[in-house]
Amino acid sequence: MAKYQLNVNGERREVSVDPSTPLLWVLREDLKMTGTKFGCGVSACGACTVHVAGVATRSCVLPVALLGERPVVTIEAMANDPVGRAVQDAWVERDVVQCGYCQSGQIMSAVALLKHTPKPSDDNIDESLGGNVCRCATYVRIREAVKLAAQKLK
Amino acid sequence: MGQSFSHQTAVVLALLEDTSMRTFTQRTRAAGLLVVALFCAFGAWAFLSGARAEAQRADRRAEGLAAWEQVYTVLTHPRCINCHTATNYPQQGEERRRHAANVVRGPDGHGVPGLNCVGCHQKSNADSTGVPGGPDWHLAPLSMKWQDENDKPLPSATVCQQVKDPRLNGNMSPQAILKHNAEAELVLWAWEPGLRPDGTRRAAPSLTHAEFVNATRRWVEAGTPCPPIR
Repeated sequence: MAKYQLNVNGERREVSVDPSTPLLWVLREDLKMTGTKFGCGVSACGACTVHVAGVATRSCVLPVALLGERPVVTIEAMANDPVGRAVQDAWVERDVVQCGYCQSGQIMSAVALLKHTPKPSDDNIDESLGGNVCRCATYVRIREAVKLAAQKLK
Repeated sequence: MGQSFSHQTAVVLALLEDTSMRTFTQRTRAAGLLVVALFCAFGAWAFLSGARAEAQRADRRAEGLAAWEQVYTVLTHPRCINCHTATNYPQQGEERRRHAANVVRGPDGHGVPGLNCVGCHQKSNADSTGVPGGPDWHLAPLSMKWQDENDKPLPSATVCQQVKDPRLNGNMSPQAILKHNAEAELVLWAWEPGLRPDGTRRAAPSLTHAEFVNATRRWVEAGTPCPPIR
């Protein structure tokens, strides 16, 4: 076990965990932030996506020992982020969600895309969210909602 | 008496002149022969020297080509070639399968905003989760592709020409290529590729890194020769 000082959603959080523990488990088990989901555990589905130093990152494969000083932002902070808020509003407006399990990861990837590419094309959306799997196949509505969020952010 | 003396003198002088002429002619002939002999000797020496130099050049080229083939075995090893693709995606694994999770190259080889290489690949291997990592993990540019669009490794001759062409290799001189192979962190990663998700060790190239650098050096010192393109 080792102690780590993490910056999560702008707050300093201390955890005492094994260095090999994936960030996902630190968030969910130690910090009780369960908005970030466990899907596949091998970075193949995108359900666990968070932002690490602004980069959409699969938290299930990131050992906490490799995080360093980089700040972590999770789905819990998206309502207070202008782009995150716009994306969540668009998600509601387009009624994107079916079962909802993958959606926090979808939203984190969509926000990362819009922060980098304010007017994404269909290809941009398909490529950037291509690693986020939705078993309910809400992809068409996700694409519409990303475009709607982009319009609202103009 | 006086006439007789004059006559004798004339005869003697004529004899002397004849003798001196003969000696002169003989000397001239000998000198000519000597010059010809020297010329031939020089020609033979020059010919043999040229042949020896040509043989040395051929030996050097053969050594360089042999060294290149060793370098080529490393470049086409999955640890290296998986990120030197000709396509819009990297590969993974020993069998060089298409990278999982719809990962794409992106505009600069680092992926795209929601699906960036460093979103999974950290600055070092994540052995507890089985994800390889190294500094600035990314795909090589298309100009440095070492396989075709069907994911088959390009022939040795083609890769060789490409690796040494400054227009394609990132403007690297032969010495810079040597330094790159000796020191670049992502090159070094190939010999410390970490653990797979199942805990087994990923395969490294068959040459050691020291052998790889040594082969690169011998190739560079031989003038970076390449096999003929067929």
